[in-house]
Amino acid sequence: MNNYIVTNLPEVAAIILFGIGFSNLLLARNLIKKIIGLNIMDTAIYLFLAAKGYVDNAVAPIVPPGAVDPDLYVNPVPSGLVLTGIVVSVSVTAVLLALTVRLYEEFNTLDIDEIVHQLRVKDKEAIR
Amino acid sequence: MSLLYNVPAFSILLPMLAGVICLVLPARASRRLTNAVIIVLALLSFLLLNSFLDGAPTFTYRMGHYGAPVGNEIRAGELESAMAMMFLVVMMLSLMGGRNHLRSDIGRSKVNLYYISVLFLLSSMLALTYTNDLFTAYVFVEINTVTACGIIISKEDGYTLAASMRYLIMSLLGSGLFLIGICLVYGLTGHLLMPNIQEAVNQLVRNGHFQAPLQVTIALFAVGLALKSALWPFHSWLPDAHSSASAASSAILSGLVLKSFIFLMIKIFFRTVGPDVMTGHAILNLLLVFGILGMLLGSVNALFEKDIKRMLAFSSVSQIGYIFCGIGLGTIAGVSAALVQVVVHAVTKAMLFIAAGGLMDASDGRKDFNALQGSGKRDVVAGAAFVVGTMSMIGLPFFAGFITKLTLVTAAAGAHDWRAYLSLTAIVLSTILTAIYYIRILSLIFGKNGSEEQDGEVRSRRFLSAHFRRHLSMDTEYILAILAFIGINLWIGLRSDVLVDIINVGLSSFQ
Repeated sequence: MNNYIVTNLPEVAAIILFGIGFSNLLLARNLIKKIIGLNIMDTAIYLFLAAKGYVDNAVAPIVPPGAVDPDLYVNPVPSGLVLTGIVVSVSVTAVLLALTVRLYEEFNTLDIDEIVHQLRVKDKEAIR
Repeated sequence: MSLLYNVPAFSILLPMLAGVICLVLPARASRRLTNAVIIVLALLSFLLLNSFLDGAPTFTYRMGHYGAPVGNEIRAGELESAMAMMFLVVMMLSLMGGRNHLRSDIGRSKVNLYYISVLFLLSSMLALTYTNDLFTAYVFVEINTVTACGIIISKEDGYTLAASMRYLIMSLLGSGLFLIGICLVYGLTGHLLMPNIQEAVNQLVRNGHFQAPLQVTIALFAVGLALKSALWPFHSWLPDAHSSASAASSAILSGLVLKSFIFLMIKIFFRTVGPDVMTGHAILNLLLVFGILGMLLGSVNALFEKDIKRMLAFSSVSQIGYIFCGIGLGTIAGVSAALVQVVVHAVTKAMLFIAAGGLMDASDGRKDFNALQGSGKRDVVAGAAFVVGTMSMIGLPFFAGFITKLTLVTAAAGAHDWRAYLSLTAIVLSTILTAIYYIRILSLIFGKNGSEEQDGEVRSRRFLSAHFRRHLSMDTEYILAILAFIGINLWIGLRSDVLVDIINVGLSSFQ
């Protein structure tokens, strides 16, 4: 069992980090903490992917012309996926941060429960 | 025919290009460009669908220089082109019907930004429909999420800001689970293309290797996409997001955005993991139970709503439950019923949201039941749409909803075990609840008016012709959109064999 964890250390770390990020995104009340949680979660996935493509004692897959031995290079596909994923998570983070700024201007708080509560109160007043 | 091979790739790239161009266009020009793009793509999709129905084989289309197994592919068949056509037509009619609301909700200077969101949303939905590659699907899932958030938030007030924040958070949780699912699949099989994964998964199952990670992966896909398509109990974000947005946005979100994720889920279950593994899988039973709970509890929630758009949103939760009930049966008949419901609900719910926008216009822009009393007489077109929508939602013959009920009941009765009893009971109960809350709103909007002045307003427009003339001078597109929706609904109800045939033929060539 112990050996199992040591040989798959990056994957184990990635899953633990994923859990931390996921629960932070789900449970934290502060919007900024939620966004940090999202970023931890995404980074954990990239760690997992990078670990999948890693080969011991291999180099980056920049291949010279001519015949080469594929065992000398790491798998380039996960690295490509990680790059794409980073672009996606940067843009999503930007949208979330912009939205957070607007919410703060509107409600003067970063607490999502407090925002929902304020809207409920406003709703009741509107119907009355 | 050979030119039609390019239609799927074209229909993903053209809206993106048009979206970028919209950035520098004024409001009116960007609306025209969007409409032109949608009409062109709808025609092309129709031609593509027609060629498949004439017997052309389904095909995969290579994106870029590398073919399978390392390259990126698009796959088109009857089902994909029919779904794409449905997306395009409903999108077009929703934008037409909600046009006046856009003008008042967004403000002229920002309308072109709205159309950018719409075009990218369209592109991502078509990509999710056509793609044959899991990671491409993930990228477009994220584009879909952000642009859907964009069309909610375009009506800038406290409600939409908070609603889109909650939507975005729930959606991102879903895409996180979906992405780690893709990583696990890549680790297990070494592939990202759907047919290759299916082959590798079948081999894993035959050899009995890595069963636990495989089950975890299937669960991750199911939960991730269920979060995004608002399966009960993951629906908490839906009522706020769908009820606070502008009329066209609500119609698009409820009618189409949820459906693109459901279609992706069907693709992943029956094309990526493969029917051999999925048939009788435990996760399908879970989806069935959640779908049934959604059917019932969504209706119960709708019963207690005092706000027309929130009521329609909860009705969406209940109708999504029908779709998952069909998928959860795990048979081909069940999936076919689910796909019929996807099309029918898209058409009906989009019509109801557009009509709700019209009713709100006739009631000083308010959407609570007190203000809506008698609004069906003030806006006859929206009233007619609600009558048709109600009939369809209950499932009376000659309306589209009848076909979903018929196919779903047939599929459920074919299951022959506890699933059959459970789903048949739930369908009956949910139909009764649906009838109660939709007929209540009909009696409300055709009942007596809320205030004296509204009474006077109706009397002055007693003559239908005068009413229509007032409308025609103001908002032809709104009336046309509603009439087209009613027409499509009746057409599906009367000529259901066409739709059911397309879906069945598409499913048979799906693997």
